[in-house]
Amino acid sequence: MRYEAPETIKAAVGLLIKARGQSRILAGGTDLMVQMRSGMLEPDLIMDIKRIPGMRDIVPEKGGFRIGAAVSGSELGEHAKVSKMWPGVVEAVELIGSTQIQGRATMVGNLCNASPAADSVPALIAVGATARIVGNKRTRDVPVETIAKAPGKTILAKGEFVSSVFLPKALPRTGSAYLRFIPRTEMDIAVVGSGVCLTLNPKGVVTKARVSLGAVAARALLVEEAADVLLGNKLNDDVLERLADIASDAATPINDKRGTVAFRKQVAGVLTRRAALIAFQRAKG
Amino acid sequence: MSNIHVTTTINGDETEYVCRPDESLLDVLRDRLGMSGTKEGCGTGDCGACSVTLDGRLVCSCLVMGAEVDGHKVETIEGMADGEDLHPLQQKFLEHAALQCGICTPGFLVAAQSLLERNLDPTETEVRYWLAGNLCRCTGYDKIVRAVLDTAKDMRKVAKKSSAKKTAKKGARHAA
Repeated sequence: MRYEAPETIKAAVGLLIKARGQSRILAGGTDLMVQMRSGMLEPDLIMDIKRIPGMRDIVPEKGGFRIGAAVSGSELGEHAKVSKMWPGVVEAVELIGSTQIQGRATMVGNLCNASPAADSVPALIAVGATARIVGNKRTRDVPVETIAKAPGKTILAKGEFVSSVFLPKALPRTGSAYLRFIPRTEMDIAVVGSGVCLTLNPKGVVTKARVSLGAVAARALLVEEAADVLLGNKLNDDVLERLADIASDAATPINDKRGTVAFRKQVAGVLTRRAALIAFQRAKG
Repeated sequence: MSNIHVTTTINGDETEYVCRPDESLLDVLRDRLGMSGTKEGCGTGDCGACSVTLDGRLVCSCLVMGAEVDGHKVETIEGMADGEDLHPLQQKFLEHAALQCGICTPGFLVAAQSLLERNLDPTETEVRYWLAGNLCRCTGYDKIVRAVLDTAKDMRKVAKKSSAKKTAKKGARHAA
């Protein structure tokens, strides 16, 4: 096993291209180190990206924010402007692990670990975030919902890694929220997660909506039918009930010790309804 | 597996070591540097026994690679007391009997210190959430939480006194 800490993206990509066997990116290491210790993974190359300029920065861009791949949960949570613009994203990231984990874990790591239950992913999908993929030939920006293919699998090709996530500018009267269900109050893996982002017109009618569910399929889902039921409407009981039904129907979870299929489907509806109400309140300001 | 030469600052002292790429900072502290105050509990970031700070940020040293701290600053439990003088948190842990077997204690102390550096007036809820990543199988947590709250109370008094002194001095200077 080799440890490398390149100082440019170009050098990093070069190392990944040349590497034989398995390579892994080290940012926060909170998934990587656990996987290595449990014997799930024996990488030939560990590439620490934290010495590459920009990886630990949060930079304003086009009215939104670009979050470097090595920005920790605590650093994101302490950023007042990001927290104000996209509370749904920040509250999702802050749900991940303990204070110690927050000091290291990154949003991009959460995304690229490709766990179906990743808390930040439905929140990122809901706000329309994009991930920047750097590689040998080109740099591309893709919607975050396309990164994970299946549990633990991403679309990243050899030589590629995600260098940042971009949170777009929030339109006026936009609110975001993320809720998850776990069997205890803290420090657990989502049984169901739901991220909602709404934009309202001055009359309180929804003009833009995105809804995403986590932990109820092989990857986080963008539920377009759920957004459609909100569009052009106010959040009255009838609309919220239909929203909950659609979210429950969209969920295709598995039975496991954390929850049954029926329970998860029901909770997907309940959480989506509640997250929509929180997003609505935030949008109203 | 090629070894890596690392230069870092631990508890204010410049430290050099050579480690393998698969060694954690916890392994380095305990096995290479003989700093066994930091404990290994789970080794997977769940229990907090190995808590240290890295550039002032509370982390689990079992989830940090020894190689990656080159050029950074690490603080461990060994840096907490001032010679024979215990840190107020250490003293309060003794007074409140906030430990039994003691394995979790260095982690709790380092984590609690990190909290009080940021917030000298935490609520009980804030203390409990901040320390949620530190597990203790002996005390039932209550004594630990009380010890932290009591330390914060004392440290606030000291801070108030010293700022009052400063103001008095300033006043005296102005009067002169």
